[in-house]
Amino acid sequence: MTNMTRNIVLAAVLLMPGAVPALAASEADFKAAYAAAEAAEKQADQLRNKWTTTEAQLAAAKKAASTGDFDAAIAAAREAEALANASIYQATSEKTRWKDLEIR
Amino acid sequence: MTFSLASILALALLAPALADDKPDPVADQKAFQRFFIEKFPKVKYEDFVNGPYSMDEGLHRQWEEKEQFPPYEFAVETGKEMFATPFKNGKTYADCFANKGIGIRQNYPTFDEKEGKVITLELALNRCREANGEAPYNYLKDEMASLTAYMAFTSRGQKMDIRIPNDPRALQAYENGKRYFYTRRGQLNFSCATCHVQSPGEHIRAEILAPALGIMNAMPIYRSEWSGMGTTSRRFLTCNSQTRAVPLEPQSDEYRDLEYYLSYVSNGLPISGPGARP
Repeated sequence: MTNMTRNIVLAAVLLMPGAVPALAASEADFKAAYAAAEAAEKQADQLRNKWTTTEAQLAAAKKAASTGDFDAAIAAAREAEALANASIYQATSEKTRWKDLEIR
Repeated sequence: MTFSLASILALALLAPALADDKPDPVADQKAFQRFFIEKFPKVKYEDFVNGPYSMDEGLHRQWEEKEQFPPYEFAVETGKEMFATPFKNGKTYADCFANKGIGIRQNYPTFDEKEGKVITLELALNRCREANGEAPYNYLKDEMASLTAYMAFTSRGQKMDIRIPNDPRALQAYENGKRYFYTRRGQLNFSCATCHVQSPGEHIRAEILAPALGIMNAMPIYRSEWSGMGTTSRRFLTCNSQTRAVPLEPQSDEYRDLEYYLSYVSNGLPISGPGARP
């Protein structure tokens, strides 16, 4: 078998569905994602503008992690981080925007 | 020193803007009341204190019928009894308030110049309890709702009369309350004003939204949705959570300042509490 043929066979085997199981997320990946979400939520808290939906996603992330489902846990943590960042943006922009609504 | 024409013009343009930013509660109150009076020309001025019932003829008739056997009556009776019952040290709530606590609801919140902060009636009641060796009550319902219901009932018809003393901290508290009222929060991106300034009289699901004018005058309230009484604290917390914002702690500075602002802009309207709401 030539080198080229061997490489083609090897690549085909590797590309066969199921031949390489998708890399499952690890606990370490979850911890990193959760820490990032928590840090964003802490900032939202300092701005007195936490959202209930962020809290729900943080809780869902912890729950999924406790059952060993780190894929779901990471997805929830990333959702929580995105929500927390949105709440930070809201609190920051509202520092001046609130005046647009004021009755004068 | 010389000034260019451009800098003089810039200053001239900036001056009114700076003047606009200076808190002016008197002007705010006039503009606030005028806004609702012009928006709802058919609603009698005194009727704004009846919230959603002032917005719709059918609802107003329901309210009139409800008032014959009001659902808050039990709370008023309980509150009256509690108010007269001495603490373990023999003193009563009457010892903590002006005019022995009767007919004073219209003066709350008040600004305490010693402390430099807003004092709501709910806070004053719990401080009274603690000063007399009693445990504070939950701010949201039950005993606190009953006590404030009774105190509001003894003040019915009195015109809201919130004072802002000549103290920069009081003016700042008022301004903080105003900012809180107009600031959007929660995932739904709603401010208090979104519902109670922009949309009173409109439906939000099955409910008709109340106007912000006079909204404090009816507190505390019996809400059918709650199947019970709720305080001003409860109302603020549930408003926040309905917009998907995490509520602050009851009687936080923000809520105290918000109540100060909202009560001040309703000065002149009669106390109608306790109220009943859908």
